[in-house]
Amino acid sequence: MPLAATIVVFLAIYAFGAVAYNNFLSTLVFGDLLTDNAFVIIAAIGATFVILSGGIDLSVGSMIGFVSVAMAALDAHGWHPLLSGLLMVSFGAMFGGVMGALIDACDIQPFILTLAAMFLLRGLCFVITLDSLPINHPFVAAFSDWRIPLPGGGRLSASALVMLASLAAAIALAHFTRFGANVYAIGGDRNSARLMGAPIRRTMVQVYALGGFYGALAGVAYAFYTGSGYPLAAVGVELDAIAAVVLGGTLLTGGVGYVAGTLFGGLIQGTIQTLITFDGRLTSWWTKIVIGALLFFFITAQRSITRSTALMRRPA
Amino acid sequence: MKIELPTSAAPALARRSAVAPKIFEWRAFWPLLALGLILLVDAFISPGFFSIRLVEGRLYGSLIDILYRGAPTAVVALGMAVVIGARGIDLSVGAVIAIAGAVMTELIHGGMSAPAVLLATLFVSLICGLWNGVLVAFLDIQPIIATLILMVAGRGVAQMIDAGTIVTFRSEFFSAISTGRLGPIPSRIVVAAAVYALTWAAMRRTALGLFVESVGANAEASRLTGIDSKFVTVATYLISGVAAGIAGILITSDIRGSDANNAGLWMELDAILAVVLGGGSLNGGRVYIFNTLIGVLIIQSLTTSILVSGLPPEYNLIVKAIVVFFCLLLQARPVRQAVGGMMWAKRP
Repeated sequence: MPLAATIVVFLAIYAFGAVAYNNFLSTLVFGDLLTDNAFVIIAAIGATFVILSGGIDLSVGSMIGFVSVAMAALDAHGWHPLLSGLLMVSFGAMFGGVMGALIDACDIQPFILTLAAMFLLRGLCFVITLDSLPINHPFVAAFSDWRIPLPGGGRLSASALVMLASLAAAIALAHFTRFGANVYAIGGDRNSARLMGAPIRRTMVQVYALGGFYGALAGVAYAFYTGSGYPLAAVGVELDAIAAVVLGGTLLTGGVGYVAGTLFGGLIQGTIQTLITFDGRLTSWWTKIVIGALLFFFITAQRSITRSTALMRRPA
Repeated sequence: MKIELPTSAAPALARRSAVAPKIFEWRAFWPLLALGLILLVDAFISPGFFSIRLVEGRLYGSLIDILYRGAPTAVVALGMAVVIGARGIDLSVGAVIAIAGAVMTELIHGGMSAPAVLLATLFVSLICGLWNGVLVAFLDIQPIIATLILMVAGRGVAQMIDAGTIVTFRSEFFSAISTGRLGPIPSRIVVAAAVYALTWAAMRRTALGLFVESVGANAEASRLTGIDSKFVTVATYLISGVAAGIAGILITSDIRGSDANNAGLWMELDAILAVVLGGGSLNGGRVYIFNTLIGVLIIQSLTTSILVSGLPPEYNLIVKAIVVFFCLLLQARPVRQAVGGMMWAKRP
């Protein structure tokens, strides 16, 4: 139900754009929408799992910045971007796993621990470099030039494809595996999940490892997308990711939501951005206000839905 | 399949910790220990760290500098401690700082008298707090999300008030509040001390403090005992909003201009961190006022000591992150029990 609402809102905003501006309803605009928001959506997919488990991960933005800087630094040492990307993704998974283990074993609030991790990763960026570094490897240029042409002059870029593939993998993981079921169970009610025999510690480690994995993958996508590494890159993207998850209909209390919703949540944000760019008269701060307003309407709508179902379930 | 249930080790641990000296039970012990360790390191790396001198009638020195720079964070963190005590959280304080700065600058340019500007700015930040409070208490939205809305939109609103530019101003009154001095003491330290005293009085000497902690511990049970939980919740966000407004005035007067993009950026994180470093739990139920102040001082003395140590500034965040990790581990109950168990197990 919230998922349907998200899709309807996305279509409505997009339809508004199509009516108001020429050329908005073209595969060109839509393809670019997928490409430009690929890294945010990838990060948001990882955040979806963490939020479904009832936690939160604030380290995503810093992870993206760190990965892009590290890849640029490794590029200067002659590493192939695919190799350094692989290294970074496994680093992300390990880093996330350690966070998950600490959160569960030491009983530290995820908000605070991932906040410290956010400082740590951002700090590592600054230690590697204070400047913007280019990634000169020809593979990066080839990757960003490669695309599937769509009818109507549009194109589906490689990063959009990576995003869609990771989305498909995430949907399979969330809805068709035991791990996914455990995540929902823990997010729904931790104690019941424990009593039912769900492996709490292992699942928590896996959830944050997955969040770290997707964060690092978003970083790789970002590095390929911009062809550079910059220590201040993606500051605040964790909030965009969380907003995308919320707009996608996932409850921040955990246990309720769909991974697919996150895609549309991210696309809503991207479409608003595109609309404001298309308009040209509105300045960028309107993006923030509109997204804030949308968040407000979504959350109040969600509240009334969950409230009414809770009322219906209550025994007479 | 393994079912984890409370093990029989818990009473044993409790018995052990009963043998441990009372000082470990004192809740300000661990935060003070962390602060003490940081200052101890400072004493070694920078010989003149503890010297305080009087230059042109104003106190100077690294310790004064820590208090001076920590003052806005302290004000915000005290408000945050109250919100967290009622099991809330306020992510919007950074944005409220930006809004307060923008409103204040706009009103000064509008030719309003300084005290009126002060009151109007505080009123606007009160409205921001009211917005958060109503979302949390009456629309029943999770605090982290409810305040996320203002966090995202607030900076946009501030930029709209500023019309997208950095607006500067001159005002003797506001400079005196922020960068001036009262006797030998920088006036913003006085402001922070006043906010501390007010928060302490409200939380420890009125029923409100009791209600806040009661709502934080169990909102439903509090409601059943006749406490107006919703009103108390709104009140905590009002306090936090006004605190952010005061910090906004301090910060904006300091740079004599409203920078909607950067004023108070990430201040919410530092404030929440300060509360947690002070031993406060995000699960609510307790408002630690003194400990929150210690938390702010830990964060600020860390930053200042990295500066005076001559370490390249790019290491700033890493050192901060590592120290925060250690403080968190030090305070984590399982770790503390394990350490306490090791240290005191052999005692009769």
